[in-house]
Parts: sequence; C-alpha cells; structure tokens
Amino acid sequence: METILVLTHVDETSSALTKASLEAVTAGVELARQLSATLTIGILGSASVEAANSAAGAVAATGARLLAVSGGAFAQPRYATDTAGGEALARAAQASIVLAPGSSRFVRVSAGVAHRLGGFIDTHITALSSNDSVDATRWFYRQRVEAAISREARPWFLLLDAGTHAPFAGEPAAAQVEAVTVTLPPVRTTVEGLRSPMRDAQTIRPDAKLLFVAGAGWTKKQPDGQIHVAVAGELILSFLRLSGASLGSSKSLADQKAEGEESVLPFLSHMNQIGQTGSTPRHAKGLSTCCHGEEPHVVGWRFVGERRAISLDPNCGWTRGKADVVYVADAFQVMAKVNALLRARSS
Amino acid sequence: MAQALQIVVCAGIVPDPLQTLEPVSGPNGPGLKNEMVLPAVLDPWAACALYEAAQLVAKNPGSKLWLVSLGPKAKLQQVMMTVGQKAAFELVPVDGPIGGFPDAHSTAAALAEAIAALPGLDRERLLLFGGWESATRGAGVTLQLVGERLGIADQFQGVDQITLRDDGSFEVLERVEGGKHQVSVCAGTPAVLGWATGNLSEPRNNPQTGMANMRGIMPALQKAKHVELAANGLRYVSVNLPKQQRETRIEKNMTADEIARELVEWIGAE
Repeated sequence: METILVLTHVDETSSALTKASLEAVTAGVELARQLSATLTIGILGSASVEAANSAAGAVAATGARLLAVSGGAFAQPRYATDTAGGEALARAAQASIVLAPGSSRFVRVSAGVAHRLGGFIDTHITALSSNDSVDATRWFYRQRVEAAISREARPWFLLLDAGTHAPFAGEPAAAQVEAVTVTLPPVRTTVEGLRSPMRDAQTIRPDAKLLFVAGAGWTKKQPDGQIHVAVAGELILSFLRLSGASLGSSKSLADQKAEGEESVLPFLSHMNQIGQTGSTPRHAKGLSTCCHGEEPHVVGWRFVGERRAISLDPNCGWTRGKADVVYVADAFQVMAKVNALLRARSS
Repeated sequence: MAQALQIVVCAGIVPDPLQTLEPVSGPNGPGLKNEMVLPAVLDPWAACALYEAAQLVAKNPGSKLWLVSLGPKAKLQQVMMTVGQKAAFELVPVDGPIGGFPDAHSTAAALAEAIAALPGLDRERLLLFGGWESATRGAGVTLQLVGERLGIADQFQGVDQITLRDDGSFEVLERVEGGKHQVSVCAGTPAVLGWATGNLSEPRNNPQTGMANMRGIMPALQKAKHVELAANGLRYVSVNLPKQQRETRIEKNMTADEIARELVEWIGAE
C-alpha cells in the first residue's frame, strides 16, 4: 500500500500554508482516496504549528497524520536547511509518494531531498490519475509535447504546478501535530530578504485574471515615422493600473536595452518574460499586443484560458489557431481608448 | 579584488525553438521525429549561465571555465561551431542520447561523473552553473542532482545575478513568486547556481574565440566517453501533441472604438 506525504510550507506570515501548498493537499487527499493510501501532511516553516490548523480539515476528512519541522532555521527558504527539513519529514512519514507544490522554495530543494532518500523526482505535474499504476501528466519541450509518465521506483517525488488543483478548503481547527526533529547541517548561506526589481510598479501579479502581453511592436516606428516608447510605457502602465492585469513580455521586448543597460520600458525586466526562456503563467484571460512570434502565443499562452490579440498583421501565423480573436488594428489607438473607457467606468 | 574562479557550466542541446516537433515511439522509448536532423541550439537558460560564467571568468584573471554537455557527438559538434564563437571555454563532451525523454537522474549521474573526473578541478572552489530548467525535459532537477552527487550543500535556483565580494563570499538574487528576488549571501564556494535569464545579452560571435575554442573542441569530441542512460523505472504511458486548435475570429474592419468597447466588456466579464 502506498504511503503519501504531502509536503507543504508556510506563507510569509508563518501562520498559514501557502495557496500552492493547499492545492497540493487537495491532490494528496484525492490520490489517497483513489489508492486507499495512508496520508501524511508535512509542514515546513518557522511557526508551522499554527499553520497546521489550516490543514486540519484534511486531517479530519482523511485521518491523515500531521508532521511539522519548525524553528528559526526554517523561517526563510534556504537549500541546506530546507533540504534537511524535507528529508526529516519524508523519513518520518516513510512515504512512498511525496507530493509537493512547485513553489520556488520546493523547486530549489526537492530534487536534493529525493536524492538523499534514494528516490526519484518528476516536476511540473499537471494531473494525477491512478488505475493499475499512478500516472502523472507533464509537459516536455516547453509545453509543446504532453506526456503521461509512471514510475515503479519509490519514493517518488511529484512537484505539482500551481493552479492545477483547487486549494483545500476545510474548516480551520486545532490540529494535533507531531514535531519532527531535524539535525541541521552547517549553514553557510544567509537569506537577507526579498527585493523587487520593479521601480515604478509591481507588474507581475500571478493572481490576476488577465495577462497583458506586450511585444516589441510597442517600440517600433509608428505611422508618423517616429518611435513613441514613452507613450507606449504610459499606455501599458495605465492599463495595468486600471485593469489589475499582470504584465508579460516577449523576449524581444525584454531584451531591448537603452543606454545605461536599462530596458527601453523601465518597468519591464526579464522576469516579465513569457515563452521559451520565460514563464508559462496561468491566467483566465490573455491579451497580447504588438506581438509577433511563436513563443508568447504557443509557450507563454499554453495555460491561458481565453486569448485575444491586437496585431497589425492579419496573416500572423502565430496567432491563427492560438488566439480566439485577433483584432487587426493599431494597439496604440486601441489601448488609449480602452484606458479611457476603463477610467470612465472606474470614476 | 579579483578571485581565480573555477566554473563548470552544464548545458544541453535542444531543438531550435522554431522547429515543429512531433513525438514518435522508438525502441528506447519516446523521441522526436527526425530528431538527429533537427537544427539544434545550446539550451537557452544554460546559455545564459554560460555567458554569465564567461563574463565572471573574464573579470577574474586566473579563472577557468569548463562547458560540460551531454548529447550525440555529431550534434554537439554542430552546436559548438556557433557557441564556441561566443565565449572561451574548455568543452567536456559526454556522448549520449539526445532529447528530453531520458531520465534526469541518469543524466545527472553521467554529468557528475564527468565533472568529478576533470583534471585540475578544485572542488572546494567550484561554482557549478547551468540553466534552472532545460527547454527539453524542463524538469529543473538535473543541476540539483549533480550538486548533491558532488556534495555541494549551497544551491540556488532561478538566479539572475551573482555579485562576488572581496572576502570570497557572494550575493545571489534568485527569482521567487510575485516577480521578486530572494537575496542571499553565501560564505563562498562551492555552490550550485541554476540560472534564469541573468542580465546579459547574448555575446556577438567572435571568430578568434571560435578558432581558439575549436582547437580544444575537436580533440575533446573525439575522446568523448559514451554513456547509456538508465530509465530508472521511468515509463511513458503516452506522449502526444496537444490537439487544441482554436477557431480564430479575425476582425479586420472594426474601428478602434468598437474594439475598445468589446475588449472592455470582455475584460470585465466573469
């Protein structure tokens, strides 16, 4: 019989599990039911006993064990300490299958934990199913090829992509937590905190309903023969403010530098980039503007629900078959009017 | 103060992103149709790692840069003709299968073995670079597994910047959720850095660098050790292209006002 461990971690408040962790709890509860498996939830974090209460509903529903490693060493994500904590939790649970969210914290350490346990790991899992075996679905070649995989070897670590399961929504309650002791290795890395590279505004909003994708066309010559980068920047930022959208960028736009090695649109960095060397975010809707290329429309849009594009090229092969609607129009004109309508609506 | 660095970059080769990919089944598992003749490039994230490494080596005299790459010799030679013009390095080729379907654990074992055998490498001074994911398997685990096999306990993923300090320590910026960087300071080497894009543009081709590199690349390719990659129980149940093809409505005759009204309604709709 399989023993499933859902590895979770606390959010920045240290008093609750992250949304991605709660999604992994849902996946664990579902898989445990399908396999009639034993379920354990493991929590990593500085004040994880408090955070455990948010997983108490899963404990009540399934009879799961609740394990936690806690202490100052786990207050911040760090390879040496998190690997030790994850290893301790997995050993205590004697897990044959370990599910974990594909968060930056667990992406950093889970392969190391799997290796230390003599196990194997697969990541970016988008679906799990079980018949005779446990099958996991994931993408290869930057979201171009989809495969279902299975492994006989155990323990098997599976990192789940965010947004593939609903967050577990059981009622918070007082939970019985078993504290797991960790022997910490020498710590050579000090985490100093977080830094936002955005000077003007935070333009990456993973929870936004809309992804707005800006392409290099915003920086090209316009019908008057001039470049209007400042106008483009103002239009884009205004739209983001008014709509609450998250900003994505094509590689060609993110790569453009002005004098002083700064992006031509100063609020834009490579972290906005979607596609081949960027992200593949999950948003309900996506609007691409001035984009001509495969990467934003294929790789970057793979997990975007409804897709529309504004392009001057009616024959753009990358949008055909990828977008639901293509408006053949000047994005400068359209977005100015969109902003005016949104401004009027908000006032 | 400059420090003599020892940087090993792990970088695979991938089909050019603009190629059409079609999965096929073969005797050794899934692969891509005509995979050996598809134009290939250095893995894009790993390429960022290589360029960052090359700049660090250039700024720190006495440093050394190795590029460890696993793939079929013929494809490695083709890709190195271009990559070799962009940065000076010593190639350490490992002759093995191409593509994203072999198991990451086996790949990591082969890479770790090649790195451990590098003559002149001081593992206490090692900075192990690579992409935080590949454009083939895209698992983002190979570099961590190599680091574990080499006993490196300080690892960073999604790195956009490293800043060396005079005392041998270094600051690292790693991408985390919400468009932010986590700032960490590591006491010193050895360390693993899985790079995101970094901040450098792709270097221009330099024929002189290419000529110098090729003098080492060709003999290295001839001597490349062949490896078979075990499946480790990994089984492919199905491998398919996504079938979703959208019926695209193309609006050529709407005015900007009409488009704006439709978009605002669409954005606001639940």
